Amino acid sequence: MSIEAAPVTDPPATRVITYRQALNETLRAELLHDENVFLIGEEIGVFEGSYKITAGLLTEFGPDRVVDAPIAEEGFVGAALGAAMIGMRPVVEIMTINFSLIAIDQIVNHAAKMRSMFGGQVAVPMVIRMPGGGGQQLAATHSQNLEVWFAHIPGLKVLAPSTPADAKALLTAAIRDDDPVIFIENLSLYSSKGEVPDGEQIAEIGKAAVVKEGTDLTIVSYSRGTTTALEVAHKLEAEGLSIEVVDLRSLRPLDRETICASVRKTGHAVVFEDDWLSYGIGAEISATIGEGVFDFLDAPVRRVAAAEVPLPYAKTLELAALPHAAELAKVVREVLNVAPLEK
Amino acid sequence: MAAKTRARTAEVQAFPGDTPADVLRGYYRSMSLIRNFELRSSEMYARAKIGGYCHLNLGEEATVVGLMAAINTGDYLFTGYRDHGYALMRDLEPGRVMAELFGKTTGVSGGRGGSMHMFDSQARLFGGYGIVGGQIPPATGVALAIKQKQASGPDSDAVMCLLGDGTTNIGAFHEALNLAGLWNLPIVYVIVNNRLGMGTTVEAASAEPDLYKRGASYRIPGIRVDGDDVLAVRDAAAAALERARTERQPVLLELMCYRLRGHSVVDPARYRSPEDTTIAQKSDPVPVFRAQLIAAGILDDAAADAIDAEIDAIVDAAVEFGDASPDPDPADLFAYVYATPVANAPSALPGDPVMEAL
Repeated sequence: MSIEAAPVTDPPATRVITYRQALNETLRAELLHDENVFLIGEEIGVFEGSYKITAGLLTEFGPDRVVDAPIAEEGFVGAALGAAMIGMRPVVEIMTINFSLIAIDQIVNHAAKMRSMFGGQVAVPMVIRMPGGGGQQLAATHSQNLEVWFAHIPGLKVLAPSTPADAKALLTAAIRDDDPVIFIENLSLYSSKGEVPDGEQIAEIGKAAVVKEGTDLTIVSYSRGTTTALEVAHKLEAEGLSIEVVDLRSLRPLDRETICASVRKTGHAVVFEDDWLSYGIGAEISATIGEGVFDFLDAPVRRVAAAEVPLPYAKTLELAALPHAAELAKVVREVLNVAPLEK
Repeated sequence: MAAKTRARTAEVQAFPGDTPADVLRGYYRSMSLIRNFELRSSEMYARAKIGGYCHLNLGEEATVVGLMAAINTGDYLFTGYRDHGYALMRDLEPGRVMAELFGKTTGVSGGRGGSMHMFDSQARLFGGYGIVGGQIPPATGVALAIKQKQASGPDSDAVMCLLGDGTTNIGAFHEALNLAGLWNLPIVYVIVNNRLGMGTTVEAASAEPDLYKRGASYRIPGIRVDGDDVLAVRDAAAAALERARTERQPVLLELMCYRLRGHSVVDPARYRSPEDTTIAQKSDPVPVFRAQLIAAGILDDAAADAIDAEIDAIVDAAVEFGDASPDPDPADLFAYVYATPVANAPSALPGDPVMEAL
């Protein structure tokens, strides 16, 4: 028996790239990694994607691996599902989350049900990518955050990365997972930048992350909301407030333990979410905190969510309807019962 | 002697082609099995051994047997919710099909699907589907994957996707046919036109009631066939599958048949006229085919009765198997929700805390 020194593993080198580039590089890496992976969606090939996530991939991999589909979400989402049933690993792009409603039968009534309803005889290894988000003056039908529609459904897994690094590691995990995964992106994140480790990175699905530690209050958020939460948390440091930020990353399954562990420490919680308030993600988080750590709460859980209105086009109305850093900071102070710092 | 042989040959030639007599008798046996199984299912429903929705293939036996005589074992079959006969014809044990109706662990889908959701991955029965039209996009996707992975030719797999007449009005049908026509996919769509979508006639539901013509928008050839003629169904389906395999040409078949009973076992079908019911009964493919075989000297009454008796015993045994099989254990409730286990997957039962209090 020989005793060897534990191998020293250098942390992987990192590069600062955009969320968009992280997605693009991951799709490319997975197309190279597994010949059963193929991409399908509207305008993803010749047009290179409505938001250029698939730029260059048709040229490199050809039309059998990067399939331009006609405008027929129910048809091509269902077709991807069928291909997955016999072992292909399709990655579907739905141009925006709003159009997923046209495919909702295939996603909710079929993809989510297949394995269970057929007694475990079939797996559905497919990923459905789609960006949500408002704030781009796209008006009511093109600005929604419908993640809770999918997060409600057993049989689906729902991921919502907030950083380029998570976009890479969670997308890789999603593509290699044998279940249907709804992968929620956000229009306003595509050009955001962050450090991304080189090489293969595979995140663990179903785990939230404490992305900033603090002792006074926990902000729970996901996707774009986490970037705002971090911004607010750092700003409030100047006021002497120590804010912890929990990034959900996975909406189904939901990592209740990480949420509750944080709130047990801080005693205060605010949920920051882009979706509508009633029945939203925050409602589930609040209920979880109430059930899990009621005795540790020093104040009621508050939610900062979108106004419950079909989002108008006009900039003044859009700004009024969507949740921003200012409202989050205000609610954090209210929960902590502190006045804003005098300027 | 010579005259007798000639006479018998002439009678047999009443059937198109040169199907051997034992194969024809086999078709009768299959039709008898479906008929008997479905009548027994109706009885078991009345005795509350079967729950939920239950749709029978009664009156569609020639269609089912003809289609399943044409399909290869490697081909993928998708059906709607009227699927018991197809499960039997894909050679699933009748006991396992009945056990699925009874919601037992030994059922083809482990008791998780029931009447509308028969599935067997080995037999490539890729599901009965309860949502009208829901099966059409996934079936089309299997054809897409076949095209991606296999060269066209007689050895290629193909897909057969069944649907009802009412299904041709739903968007999924049109979106999927467009994809199949656009991408030249190896798939045969089969409209089982029993002339009624629940209680609504084809004419009252479809602006183009000649449903086989609906492939024209997608350059998919449409063919209408007498669904009560088992040989015509078989030959049309075989030719369509051949085109799908070798030419990557999708085909739309429309098979005209009659539903003998209501939409489901609980539907008395009061909306049907006496004339319509009479036509359906006169067209009943099981006694008609039996009479044809007897007239042709391929069967006689005694031989036909013997087949029916053998089938009766098989269905008896299927019921016994279903009865004797265990119910699923609630401890296995979450067994198949996910294929890849992940952290924090829910496993709470009603009334359980969502998590341990910290």
